[in-house]
Formats: sequence, C-alpha cells, structure tokens
Amino acid sequence: MSDGTRAEMRSTAQADTSVLRIEGEMTSGSEKVLMDAFGRAVDGGARTIILDFGGLDYMNSGGIGLLVTLLVRAQRQGKRLMAVGLNDHYRQIFALTRLDEAIGIHDTEDAALAAAV
Amino acid sequence: MATQPRSNRDTDAWARPVERLTTTATGAGADTVTGKRVTGPIQGFGQMWQKTFSVRLEGSSLSPQDLVSYWKKRFPTFWPKGAAFYAPLAGIAPGEVALLEVAPVPGSPVKMSTGVMVIFSDSESFAFMTPEGHALSAWITFSGHRDGETTVAQVQALERTSDPFVELSYMFGANRYNDRFWEQTLDNLAHSVGVETPVVDSLKVCVDRRRQWRYVRNLRHSAAVNMAVATVTAPVRWLRRRSVS
Repeated sequence: MSDGTRAEMRSTAQADTSVLRIEGEMTSGSEKVLMDAFGRAVDGGARTIILDFGGLDYMNSGGIGLLVTLLVRAQRQGKRLMAVGLNDHYRQIFALTRLDEAIGIHDTEDAALAAAV
Repeated sequence: MATQPRSNRDTDAWARPVERLTTTATGAGADTVTGKRVTGPIQGFGQMWQKTFSVRLEGSSLSPQDLVSYWKKRFPTFWPKGAAFYAPLAGIAPGEVALLEVAPVPGSPVKMSTGVMVIFSDSESFAFMTPEGHALSAWITFSGHRDGETTVAQVQALERTSDPFVELSYMFGANRYNDRFWEQTLDNLAHSVGVETPVVDSLKVCVDRRRQWRYVRNLRHSAAVNMAVATVTAPVRWLRRRSVS
C-alpha cells in the first residue's frame, strides 16, 4: 500500500516549522514514507511539523494508528504536530478517534503558522 | 487555502463521531457501555504497545476480501473460551457497538462487562475502539492481506492500559494473557478455514514507555474496579436487602 502514499516535505518562512504534505493513501503501509519525511523535517531543524492532508484520498484505521505513533515520536523529540487541509470527512475521523485532542487542526497553513509561533 | 469538499474512497467505511455510545446488542449480562465515550491510545494511562499477531492461512483458497467478510460474519465464534462477544443487530458495521464479557484473569468465574465500537469497516479490514471503562484504551484492527500465494489474517492492536489498576495487572501477567487471547483467536480462525497446524506469529513493540498520569482519573470509569467493588460489597448488599425484607 505504501506505493499509494507520497509525503513531500518543505520548509516555510518560519525557520523552525516545516510542512509535510501527504498525498494518496494513508495506511499502515505508509510508515516508511511518513517516518522518513518526518525524519528529514527534524534533521532540518523543525520544531513544529504541519501535516498537510489536502491531497489525501484514502485512510483506514492503520493510517490513523500511524499518526498516533508519529505523534508519540514527535512528543519524545519535543516536536509539535499540527494538521491542515482536512476536509469535513477527515475532520470527522479526527473527532471520532479523538486524535483532534492531541493534534491541533487549523483551516489554513497561515493559521497553523500563526499558532506555531 | 480553505478545504474544498471532495469525495474519498473511505467515506462509507468510517463511523460518524458520537458523543455518547448506544448499542443494539443484546444477550450480555449487563450493558456498561451506553452513555460512555470512546477512548483510544491517546486517552489511555499506561505504556503504549503496538501488538501485531498474524497467521498464514496455508492451503486456504480465501482471498483477503473473502477472509474479512467471513471473519466479520462469524467473529464471536473465534473468541477463546470464557469470553463472549454480543454483536449488534447490524453486525460488524461502522458505528455499531458490541458488548463483551471477558474474564479479567484466566479462569475467573466473574466476567467483566464492556464493549467496543466499530470505527472502520471495509472489504479489507475492520477496526474497533474501546469505550471508557474498558481495561484498554485501544484501537484494534483486523485485516487480511496477501503474502505471495497465501492469505494472511492479522490482528493489530495499538493500546494503552486505561488506568493504574490495569497497568499494574499488565506488569504482572495480564499483558501476556491479552496476547494469548489474540493468538488463540487467530488459531481458532485458521482452524475454521481448514488450516491443520496454524502458526501464529506475534510482534510486540512498546511504542511509548511513558505513563500518562494526566489520565489517572480514568479509574473512575474502570469496569475492573467496579466489578471488584461490586464483588467485595455483595455480602453487605445482601445483608441489607435481607434486613429490609
């Protein structure tokens, strides 16, 4: 399933904040792609990582589980995760799984950047 | 950049968020789930474990999709002896809530009543989330996939114990007891599709060694604590009823 996941990391105007755009599928098979991109963001000095789900078109429970392990990894390293680009459907999934209690959701990247300061 | 409505392939597979649980399941001794909220590993107390159990269905012609369909239909029959799963009327479908009775320790005559909510269900997998009061704050995913010519059945749990009481029991054997539960479940499943000598593989990873003390108050929902209190105070209540009558 990892063939269906693309994760692209880019820096922002704020030196300590990176955006990780996730496209395609998010399943347990996406682990390597996601963790590698997260590692690159951390190596680049990011303290806040904004996960952009604008290109996501499929996520199963394995994908949600992967987000939790990513969250634990981020917390262990003193990093902060935020989410943008969630449509109503994925916002509902975050609410259902109560992931929204641990990962701040923002409407836009600008709003997330403002909150990251 | 505002988010635009778009359709997703998983739309029908996910449950809708609910504030409080309700169930259509019947047959259990008690419904300790109605009115509770769901919890996941984020809201749990103990160390976070990722447990993966799998069994290769050697010789079976079931595709992963056939397997998942079969597993959903006959789910309660694969549970180990001493545990009961009371399916909701609509079966294993997104948003449905099942009731369970499980022994807190092997051989216990007293059963702990709790439940699970089906949060995800499609042709390749289905997943449960636990309610407040359950011993574990967990997501458990059941799936089938292909490995070469063989279909593999898998259970993957991402879990924390819900409170310090259960965490302590996990340190003294309940963790291993929980592993055996899923190993036995997969063994039963494999036997039912004709695998003569199933081999269940397990992989346990402690994802987070820290305990989340901010969730210590989960104790107030604990089915295990409530069961223990009810058991200990049963003679007092019996005497009180007797004196009233």
